[in-house]
Amino acid sequence: MNLMKPIHLLLAATLISTPVLAQTPAERGLEISKEAKARDLGWDDMQANMLMVLRNKQGETSTREIRMKSLEQLDDGDKSLTVFDKPRDVKGTAFLSFSHPVGADDQWLYLPALKRVKRISSRNKSGPFMGSEFAYEDLSSFEIEKYTYNYLRDEACEGGQCFVVEQFPVDKNSGYTRRIVWLDQSEYRVWKVEFYDRKDSLLKTLTFDGYQQYLDKYWRADKQQMTNHQNGKSTDLEFSGYRFRTGLTDGDFNKNSLKRAR
Amino acid sequence: MKPGVTLLGAMALSTGITAYTDKAVAEEVFFEASGKVTGELRGYLDEGQFSGQDYRSGISATVEPEFFWEWNNGDDTFTFTPFYRIDQHDDERTHGDIRELSWVHVGDDWELRTGIRKVFWGVTEFNHLVDVINQTDAVEDADGEDKLGQPMVNLSLVRDWGIVDLFLLPGFRERTFAGEEGRLRSGLVVDTDAARYTDDAGEHNLDTAVRWSQSYDLFDVGLYWFRGVNRDPRFEAASNGGNTVLVPVYDHINQIGFDGQATIDSWLWKMELLWRESDLEQYSAAQAGVEYTFYGIQDSDTDLGVLVEYGWDERGKDAASAFQNDLSLGARITLNDEASTEFLAGFGYDLDYDSQSLFMEASSRFGESMKISLDARFFNAGDKQDPIVNFEQDDLIQLTAEYYF
Repeated sequence: MNLMKPIHLLLAATLISTPVLAQTPAERGLEISKEAKARDLGWDDMQANMLMVLRNKQGETSTREIRMKSLEQLDDGDKSLTVFDKPRDVKGTAFLSFSHPVGADDQWLYLPALKRVKRISSRNKSGPFMGSEFAYEDLSSFEIEKYTYNYLRDEACEGGQCFVVEQFPVDKNSGYTRRIVWLDQSEYRVWKVEFYDRKDSLLKTLTFDGYQQYLDKYWRADKQQMTNHQNGKSTDLEFSGYRFRTGLTDGDFNKNSLKRAR
Repeated sequence: MKPGVTLLGAMALSTGITAYTDKAVAEEVFFEASGKVTGELRGYLDEGQFSGQDYRSGISATVEPEFFWEWNNGDDTFTFTPFYRIDQHDDERTHGDIRELSWVHVGDDWELRTGIRKVFWGVTEFNHLVDVINQTDAVEDADGEDKLGQPMVNLSLVRDWGIVDLFLLPGFRERTFAGEEGRLRSGLVVDTDAARYTDDAGEHNLDTAVRWSQSYDLFDVGLYWFRGVNRDPRFEAASNGGNTVLVPVYDHINQIGFDGQATIDSWLWKMELLWRESDLEQYSAAQAGVEYTFYGIQDSDTDLGVLVEYGWDERGKDAASAFQNDLSLGARITLNDEASTEFLAGFGYDLDYDSQSLFMEASSRFGESMKISLDARFFNAGDKQDPIVNFEQDDLIQLTAEYYF
């Protein structure tokens, strides 16, 4: 009988805070994530420039300059084309990816010196992208099916009042046991992500800054900062030149477009 | 004024600005100059076994700028990439080439590529059996991966069932060979000036090729037919001013090539098949293997890839190819660090001749624009009949600095 009381209280609290009856934390987490995804649908295609600044423990920096194009797919993961401008020895190297919510992505790499297109394994989700603190999986598009969810709490954050949701990767090749994500309650923008490694220790924290709205709907951060707590390194991403609905088609995402991407 | 109307007005204004900017971009010609210079220092463990090879070190340098123009919103591009190498010892290795001088126009589902260009076909790593469009610039390196620019008109059509490439290839490029003072050459010097063609049209033959390629889920496949002058010459001994030399002879061939790769989890299964026919012979050859990568070994960022390939040629010991019955093993270590440090090692074993070859390559970036590589190559012929016997005293260590601008 004693046990019943707190549960009743909790139930009452849930009833007040949400209109949904008897929602479990897993359902609540999924619902929030679905809403975040739904609010970011329909952008069709997108282009942006990305400056990556890698900073080591001593504060020494090196930079990468990257251009990205993405094409939204209605029934599948997005298609993307990434071109490297710097460092100069990899200038013209380009990367084509057809992501899938479930299963392996299709990925090709173009090596300009040899004029060679190589199909590569997408198994390496947890590896560092260009020597940065971002893993490949940190840069791939968010798909509902990639995680299971657990709503933790509401909490004040950079973006006002946030939902705090735990995400557990479905893919066994993920480098993480879980991520904790802070999304603001008004616009469902991500403000912070904590990454926990395979031993469930805090590995990295990603923060977002300088959100701007495009097409009156889609929010994109100008800056992202990833800090690795275990090796003391960090990587800043600075985005510029965001363009939406520029008329890209499937024809801009094939092996021919990969070869001429430069 | 209603706030909604203001917003609409602001939107219309911003849309107008966007349209204007896009138009300005469309009419603009974008130009960019970039490129690289390299310095190379080679040390040989021995003096060479042939006359003219009595040295144990050599320096060499290259320059390869690239000039690039883009207009019509990127639908038209023009690229000019000249190349020049100067070598301390070998007059034949001191040479220039136009790697690229081409115009590309992009349509909705087609591309027209006209001019001097480079095209790569294939999937395997140790031998590029089906790669046929460009001639090998053999004085550059022993791996055969450097190519001479090939004049071409290439129409590429994108269809749901694959990409079809049609090629007209006017103007044949003869292979480069080390001169008398060069290392890594056959005992008899190849007299490139005396090159011969069995077809009447000779180097002016208009070669043609058509290739289809497509991706099906985990599988990437390509199939082509090539008709023209064989990029691989055969050799005839001849006399030149009292010296016996080798004369390259270029036959007319028909060739069918297939390349396929299955990408399954961490496995890459690769196969190249070749069928070639000339007036003298008709044969098949294959290069096939598998690559497996261990990602993030021991919870580090380091990847280890291991490769095994087998090369086969129907002609056996009569084959001009170095991969007639050869097993190749390789390992690639990628640190995935800021400097993109990589180590690559390959071991080749000739099952017919019992010969072995070994190469090791290490490379890393220094600063933002410099890349330094340290390479080593070792050769050991198990049989005097194996052509590799010519390289037995050419074991070398090479330091290369590449500066990108």
